[in-house]
Amino acid sequence: MVDKVLTANRLADGISVWLDASGNWVESLQDAFVARHAEAVAALEATGKRSFDENKVVDVNVIDVEEVDGTLRPLRMRERIRAEGPSIAYAPGYHGLSGPKFAA
Amino acid sequence: MYRYDEFDHAFVSARVEQFRDQVQRRLSGELAEDAFKPLRLMNGVYLQLHAYMLRVAIPYGTLSSRQMRMLAHIARKYDRGYGHFTTRQNIQYNWPSLSDTPDILKELASVEMHALQTSGNCIRNVTADHFSGAAADEVADPRPYAEILRQWSSVHPEFSFLPRKFKIAVTGAERDRAAIQVHDIGLHLKKDENGRLGFAVYVGGGQGRTPMIAKKIRDFLPEEDLLSYTTAIMRVYNLYGRRDNKYKARIKILVHETGAEELARQVEVEFAKLRDTELKLPDTDIQAISTYFAPAALPNRPEGWGNLARWKKADPEFARWVQQNVQPHKHPDYGMVTISLKPIGGVPGDASDAQMDAVADIAEEYAFDEIRVSHEQNLILPHVALADLEPVYRALVAAGLATANAGLITDIIACPGLDYCALANARSIPVAQEISSRFGSPERQADIGELKIKISGCINACGHHHVGHIGLLGVEKKGAELYQITLGGSGDENTSIGEIIGRGFEPEKVTDAVETIVDTYLGLRRDKTETFLEAYRRVGPQPFKDALYGGSAQEAA
Repeated sequence: MVDKVLTANRLADGISVWLDASGNWVESLQDAFVARHAEAVAALEATGKRSFDENKVVDVNVIDVEEVDGTLRPLRMRERIRAEGPSIAYAPGYHGLSGPKFAA
Repeated sequence: MYRYDEFDHAFVSARVEQFRDQVQRRLSGELAEDAFKPLRLMNGVYLQLHAYMLRVAIPYGTLSSRQMRMLAHIARKYDRGYGHFTTRQNIQYNWPSLSDTPDILKELASVEMHALQTSGNCIRNVTADHFSGAAADEVADPRPYAEILRQWSSVHPEFSFLPRKFKIAVTGAERDRAAIQVHDIGLHLKKDENGRLGFAVYVGGGQGRTPMIAKKIRDFLPEEDLLSYTTAIMRVYNLYGRRDNKYKARIKILVHETGAEELARQVEVEFAKLRDTELKLPDTDIQAISTYFAPAALPNRPEGWGNLARWKKADPEFARWVQQNVQPHKHPDYGMVTISLKPIGGVPGDASDAQMDAVADIAEEYAFDEIRVSHEQNLILPHVALADLEPVYRALVAAGLATANAGLITDIIACPGLDYCALANARSIPVAQEISSRFGSPERQADIGELKIKISGCINACGHHHVGHIGLLGVEKKGAELYQITLGGSGDENTSIGEIIGRGFEPEKVTDAVETIVDTYLGLRRDKTETFLEAYRRVGPQPFKDALYGGSAQEAA
């Protein structure tokens, strides 16, 4: 089974968050709890639904990840950018996160 | 420019407080997300990849310095110090918190701005030629009519739940700088043989997954019939536009499926019922609105001609900027200045708070307090005396806003793409940055001449790729980004939809592909006066296909 984590956006400020092992929504994918079997995924889904119903988060999704050299990496580009931030130097004084670079 | 009256102020303020209440109820859990989402969208608040996004309306792209300063203030106080000017002449903030949005909207209301109808299946911000009221080739300023349409369409009860969103664009010149033929309704303000003002009416244009060029259904509509005829179009669309399939719900599909002639007939039937009703625009109303847009009293400044010649001789960089970024004004002592938001290697359309403040200051000191946003994601100072061009240029240089590339290959339109947008399949901004860097040399750009590259990160085509001379569409294929290239598109008075040239290119190869296309053009153009688009229309796609794919075997892949 592909490893999975639970992600969402925080209701009040919209910032991307991931669910950690303690059931907290955290701003770093690397702190996320990784589900490696069906029961764990079901637990993630249940937690996501509960958090949505409790108006903590919106746009809740279980996403596919892989662990490479101890670092979690979403399989889809979209989720990699959500996790790392824009791949560009987007604001004054900001020089880009360590996100996926464009061309070589 | 238009100023709110008491009704406008009361209406916008009431909407802010209504939204404040809705946000509070959402945050307290009283309102569920399903109930709240359409309410936030009605106020321009989207949820994107990283955060909420607030889209603020800039009616027909016209701003005062005071309003621009407010946009800068919002970027600084509530966002991350910048904003993104869009292809619909609006501005988007990428990082506001939901809890701050009522305060942001309140601050906007204090300078007569809002975010209403920047989302949803309603009539969106009416866009206009960014040189309106200043262009030498203009018949009349189209903005009074855009304002009339704005007032008429704001929370119009009959047209707030259309089959799909609806976009209207107006121009007052033969040279179409507002891309009216790729809008749901395009209005070309013109005079008839008797000197009366009216409109050629185009319907059913659009981009997205099914690009269509609008059909002209009226050659001349008298100005007093603007609202009755537009209402007639909207009624036909509201009645017959498809609601069963989101992807077939725009009026372009209705026009295509019904046929322009039959649709025009249906519109005329409705129009006959409406033309002599309260929708008929009295002269007094048109005059009253037009007063707000009366041209600034531009004093003669003939000394500018001599000064300009001297300054250009003394500073080749200044001369290059004037050549590229200053257009003729209807007053001979003035020019229209394009402030490029396309620094070489930068993010198309982005401006920092400090840059917005700088533009506001420059406009106040030298440009009669008027600023425009162009659909090409630049800013415009529509009235600058030639005698003031040098100090304006110096101030723009100091703000990092003096890139001399208006209309050139690095003046690229790009949507936010997958760096921000929840709908995108691929990134747009880094593609634009890399192409811009590759072609950044002023000499090389000047040699290439006019060439419009437009980039979209998904089929919704916010980056207008269908009408790019070179269009790039980002798609996701097997989990990776791929860029499909179209050639020969154009969004002017001779609108054309670009043709797909062949198989797509990976991110690391797309800039090389663009360079191959440009080099092919340079090799086959008749002379330097033949633009890329003219050359493409003369020779067709084959030479470019040959250059890109070296034969026919690979291109269909």
